[in-house]
Amino acid sequence: MSTDTSSYNGVGIVAPQRAHFDRPLTLRSGAVLPAYDLVYETYGKLNADRSNAILVCHALSGHHHVAGMYAHQTDNVGWWDNIVGPGRPLDTNKFFVVGVNNLGGCHGSTGPSSINPATNKPWGADFPLVAVVDWVHAQARLADHLGVQQWAAVVGGSLGGMQALRWTITYPERVRHALVIASAPKLTAQNIAFNDVARQAILTDPDFHGGHYYEHDTYPQRGLRLARMLGHITYLSDDQMDEKFGRKPRNGSFSFGYDVEFEVESYLRYQGDKFAGYFDANTYLLMTKALDYFDPAREGDGDLAKALSVAKAEFFIAAFTTDWRFSPGRSREIVSALAKNGQAVSYAQFDCNYGHDSFLMADPEYHAAVTAYMGRVSV
Amino acid sequence: MSNANRSDFDVIAGWVQPGERVLDLGCGDGSLLKRLMNERGAKGYGVELETDSVRAAIANGINVIQGNLEEGLAGFTDNAFEHVVLSRTLQTVRNTQGILREMMRVGREAVVSFPNFAYWKNQLSLIERGRMPVSEDLPYQWYDSPNVRFFTIKDFEVLCDDMGFLIRDCRVLDEAGALVKEEPNYLGSLAVYRLARRG
Repeated sequence: MSTDTSSYNGVGIVAPQRAHFDRPLTLRSGAVLPAYDLVYETYGKLNADRSNAILVCHALSGHHHVAGMYAHQTDNVGWWDNIVGPGRPLDTNKFFVVGVNNLGGCHGSTGPSSINPATNKPWGADFPLVAVVDWVHAQARLADHLGVQQWAAVVGGSLGGMQALRWTITYPERVRHALVIASAPKLTAQNIAFNDVARQAILTDPDFHGGHYYEHDTYPQRGLRLARMLGHITYLSDDQMDEKFGRKPRNGSFSFGYDVEFEVESYLRYQGDKFAGYFDANTYLLMTKALDYFDPAREGDGDLAKALSVAKAEFFIAAFTTDWRFSPGRSREIVSALAKNGQAVSYAQFDCNYGHDSFLMADPEYHAAVTAYMGRVSV
Repeated sequence: MSNANRSDFDVIAGWVQPGERVLDLGCGDGSLLKRLMNERGAKGYGVELETDSVRAAIANGINVIQGNLEEGLAGFTDNAFEHVVLSRTLQTVRNTQGILREMMRVGREAVVSFPNFAYWKNQLSLIERGRMPVSEDLPYQWYDSPNVRFFTIKDFEVLCDDMGFLIRDCRVLDEAGALVKEEPNYLGSLAVYRLARRG
């Protein structure tokens, strides 16, 4: 993502906002969150009819800072800045775009690293596990807070796409279009397995302290780093890794030891260290569990079409051929279920080379298709 | 494929009743479906392989699903549509019988249009000039043609009979899009068939 501000023509300087919610939220697990905060950002202007609002849902490691940059930190550009802005696929000249940090997050919304008012200590492992549907309920309250009765569109990639899908089932009257990108109707066993290895790396780190590491003034840095390294491999494509790193040795020749020898090792360790430096391990655990639990077909007795039959939204489903973590076949399961019901759905797949991360890239064909679809979204 | 002169669309539109469900295979930019939606209140989906066409169809406001017809129609359930249309596309599909069988599975009726290789000008081109035909309905040079199957109206009817399909209706058009009444296999440039399962 470019941090060269001279050629930047996105939404520009933005500032996060905070909303406090006093009404208790009963979670899917049965636990009750008595009160919570959500941090969010908005881009563009809500129109007089309040009909032009778009919700962007984030994935595993995302947050509310979707687009733009901070005045005091102009190199901190939003994670999906390339798709949100004036003249961009989610055009802020037309739409009012909202990004929110989900419950359980570690970027300002109430989560495991927040203070539990009952104990005056960080929640840590006591923070209840949340499901995708809980996020959607919380997002609906944020919509109420913003005066948005119905989203023009709910948009998300990966875990964010699952939230978009969930919105159409849980609040069918409140979403006109759902853009579900590089997502799946549920995780496969292989996908859950990857998540569990990541969790085990964190849970078995001696610095984890059963999730109460804040009190010990430490954090499971090694576990979180390993979790991210593993995750990162699965987000890239084999071809892309080969192109980017190949078998390039870092120092020209082998040292016959366990230090970094290949470029790919250097890259992964760097990504792992960077991530472990800012992300909360409890949030990582909780987000991966939300992924694992997601399976809306349960409400249709295992039949996804039955579960989706209540949806009133029109759907745009997209996938990337090099994405093996959320492969095009998984997206086509959603398409087939919607087509079985005769519901409005379009599906496109793109040859972008970046594996699962493709959904974050400014691939011209992909962005052109999103632009074309957004042209159909009336406000 | 250009949608500029799609004389078969008039014929197909005439066969679709208000509110019917249509699946348009190889839908291009979605012109036919859009017309059927606007004129007939039809509902349905287009299937298209080419990314540029998929984007054009999305912009056209139709439900388009990117996919390869060679892989069948696994994403669609049995009898989901009143009409499954394959307009000027059968000649580009390698798995001819496979796609026809799939059309009959997901639709009550298959509507198929295709260029007639036995059209007199095509025959003339081949016999008199010794060159592969290039015409209004076969607008490609042999080396850049997307067409992989070359067949005639007679050939198609034999295949329908072999596969147990009932020909419910058939219109044959000349290069100008006018209806051909006599000697269709010789005078017709484009044929449009309505097929149903026998019995």
